[in-house]
Amino acid sequence: MTGWQTLFVKEVWRFWKVGFQTVAAPVLTAMMYLLIFGHVLEDHVKVYDSIGYTAFLIPGLVMMSLLQNAFANSSSSLIQSKIMGNLVFLLLTPLSHWSWFVAYVGSSIVRGLVVGAGVLLVAAWFAPLGYAAPVWIVVFALLGAALMGALGLIAGLWAEKFDQLAAFQNFIIMPMTFLSGVFYSINSLPGFWQGVSHLNPFFYMIDGFRYGFFGVSDASPWLSLGVVGGALTVVSLIAMHLLRTGYKIRS
Amino acid sequence: MPAISFQSVSKSYPSPRGPDGSTFLALDNVQLDIEEGEFFGLLGPNGAGKTTLISILAGLTRATSGRVTVMGHDVQVDYAQARRKLGIVPQELVFDPFFNVREALRFQSGYFGITNNGAWIDELLESLGLADKAGANMRQLSGGMKRRMLVAQALVHKPPVIVLDEPTAGVDVELRQTLWHFIASLNKQGHTVLLTTHYLEEAEALCGRIAMLKTGRIVALDRTTDLLKAASGNVLRFKTAGVLPAALAARARVTGSVVQLPAHNALEIEQYLAAVRESGLTVEDVEMRKADLEDVFIDIMNRHQASPARQPAVESV
Repeated sequence: MTGWQTLFVKEVWRFWKVGFQTVAAPVLTAMMYLLIFGHVLEDHVKVYDSIGYTAFLIPGLVMMSLLQNAFANSSSSLIQSKIMGNLVFLLLTPLSHWSWFVAYVGSSIVRGLVVGAGVLLVAAWFAPLGYAAPVWIVVFALLGAALMGALGLIAGLWAEKFDQLAAFQNFIIMPMTFLSGVFYSINSLPGFWQGVSHLNPFFYMIDGFRYGFFGVSDASPWLSLGVVGGALTVVSLIAMHLLRTGYKIRS
Repeated sequence: MPAISFQSVSKSYPSPRGPDGSTFLALDNVQLDIEEGEFFGLLGPNGAGKTTLISILAGLTRATSGRVTVMGHDVQVDYAQARRKLGIVPQELVFDPFFNVREALRFQSGYFGITNNGAWIDELLESLGLADKAGANMRQLSGGMKRRMLVAQALVHKPPVIVLDEPTAGVDVELRQTLWHFIASLNKQGHTVLLTTHYLEEAEALCGRIAMLKTGRIVALDRTTDLLKAASGNVLRFKTAGVLPAALAARARVTGSVVQLPAHNALEIEQYLAAVRESGLTVEDVEMRKADLEDVFIDIMNRHQASPARQPAVESV
């Protein structure tokens, strides 16, 4: 194994060792959303003509869990290592900034996909799901997890304390995921908020992902692919730059 | 080619208390070559710049100016090669709570691209007395065991140059013995060792050459034997319960009731005793002994107390 592969394996192993907290807990949380919102709204809300609300909700919840956990993986690993001081073991190695990037983002993708798959597996019991365009499902799952892994890397490097990371999560990640159409189609929003939602890259991740299941979406999947791909490129370039210059980890 | 070469290394930080834009000079034009196979000691009081110097060597901190090489590899430009040659035992007792001893060592090997390192890992665990803890989680280890683990992690890629930053701070006698036995045997096999410590008797016993650092400058650099030879030679030692007169207190090394004064000749000894008599102190257990490295250290630090700015950057004592 080369250096980056070792770091990748270590990062995957790290979350897997505490899988109860990093995989089982988010799957349970998603189930709670599904039970409560699905139960309350199934008979009252019809998003697309032929799709029940619970079925509509499932891809959104899968993607939301996937995104949040991909973010949590790289960001929490980095902040813990910084605060514990054991990041020094990595800083003393010949690993390049490429290796760091690939390993941290790669392991975040794995965690995102594992949690997403877990939610999907359990949720599939609640409502029948179509798999209209499975390639889009895979593409958006991978790109979304990568984007959030890279964003988590930036947040983990930037934050010096756990509460700063929590603020990043609560004031940026949470609002953007909730306002992205996880629980509703943005076509049901007033015009102004529809406009605002179209500026949110999270909307395109979830909308494109949902297209893979139903073959119906608010925006064209190609537009979503462009936006998500563009956002991933920008965030990755920033993360690589911070790693290369040793932002907040080398003085 | 020196194993480690510091070439005109300076480091300044923004001053925390000074006016805006002012800087604090942590290292001032440090010039130092450590040859292959040396056991080298870097001494100095807290805040002298020892850890900053080592951080620059490790690539954790960037020098403001100057250049550092490890076995000829620049630590910034050619960092990957430099770090392969370097094993650093950090001062802080840090560990990764997710893994056990063997897992942590396997990962550390892997970061250097080394696989199938089991035999060397076993040897490290054996030599450092960690063999029966191989399966224990890092959290379960005592402070001393964690310290041993830091040494093992630094050596996992068999680096030719080993740096130990205060490895024996707060460590019991048995571990110190184990550690020094092991490090000395590595040095005999040809590894270069750079050691910082506050235990001067360790430095005196182990290091062939010593540099003393004060306020970011090297104030002494010589072979340990020559440093000792050039020192005052003898020390007058006695016990007293009273307060020393100011003139003596400034020169004395006081530990509880034990007072030690550097004595160059008989006249000086007489003067000391006269001063003690005049102040009406009762003294016991008066004896003379040879000066050790701690006396040399105190002497050099005192001489550079008054006006460090006017001292040359490098000087032989």
